[in-house]
Amino acid sequence: MTNETPTHTTPTAETQPLWLARIRVTLKPVVLDPQGDAVLTGLHQLGFTDVTTVRAGKYLEVSLHAATEDAAATAVRQMCEKLLANPVIERYDFTVEAGDAIGQ
Amino acid sequence: MKFGVVVFPGTWSDKDCLRILGPVMGHEAVSIWHEETDLQGCDAIVLPGGFSYGDYLRAGAIARFAPVMGSIKAFAERGGLVLGICNGFQILLEAGLLPGAMLRNESLQFRCQWTYLRVENAATPFTQLCQPGQVIRVPISHGEGNYFADEATLDALEASGGVLLRYCDAYGNATPESNPNGSRRNIAGIVSPGRNVAAMMPHPERCGEAILGGEDGRLIFGSMVAALAGRRSVAAV
Repeated sequence: MTNETPTHTTPTAETQPLWLARIRVTLKPVVLDPQGDAVLTGLHQLGFTDVTTVRAGKYLEVSLHAATEDAAATAVRQMCEKLLANPVIERYDFTVEAGDAIGQ
Repeated sequence: MKFGVVVFPGTWSDKDCLRILGPVMGHEAVSIWHEETDLQGCDAIVLPGGFSYGDYLRAGAIARFAPVMGSIKAFAERGGLVLGICNGFQILLEAGLLPGAMLRNESLQFRCQWTYLRVENAATPFTQLCQPGQVIRVPISHGEGNYFADEATLDALEASGGVLLRYCDAYGNATPESNPNGSRRNIAGIVSPGRNVAAMMPHPERCGEAILGGEDGRLIFGSMVAALAGRRSVAAV
């Protein structure tokens, strides 16, 4: 809702170091993935007959300021829980590294 | 009766909702822009179809943070009638006002076609003009209407009368062939435990006049009108 405010307490200050989070959002195993199935069929038709499964997901890169890597990870986890993933159908994992190498 | 039709950037079915509620059925119907928080004293709120915020991230995922949604959530908590249609269904799921989530259609195709729906619960403000088990004909128009919830949630929904409408054939049989998008248990519409928040993927606003090929959509909006009239007469006693 609109009155939801971030619960992480670190104030956003541009003097804090930049971190890059690489976030993967994938469908839970119990959820059927017709996109992945369609890609699997395409791969088989191309001759990649050893392929058994394809699951399609989302990949996001998020740059953020945070005092520490832990603080950045806490913020990213909240982003995933509240918006970037839908816990009904999706799960997520991410890594955090120093820098802002968006798109690189 | 006064209906509010919510408009987000990318909403496309608001004019159809305003038309069936206004000139066709003779009620007051106003647009409510997503940045507003005043519901203008409306008796009921409709979240229409479309592609709010371009369906970015997930359909309905961004719309749920719009200023108007806080007011709608409070309105629903007070027992106000809220109907989500198509993208409105997706928004209500993302907002957590109804259980479950939407996946891409199993066929991966955008489906724009007539569907038959069986009324599973006729004792709601959205279906009370229907008979239990009645088959109505309403069009769909979506690429992401594959309703998903885990088995426990589905069982709870079924047991509590939360399944409002199910895709079926012309004779009322909920067959795999009559399911246009792969929805779990052929579910086309659901309703909250309090029976005041409902959502459906098919578009009742697009079948309220004979010239459009059908009038069954009036049953949904007419039910809401009847329910609101009933509330008023109770309040007046």
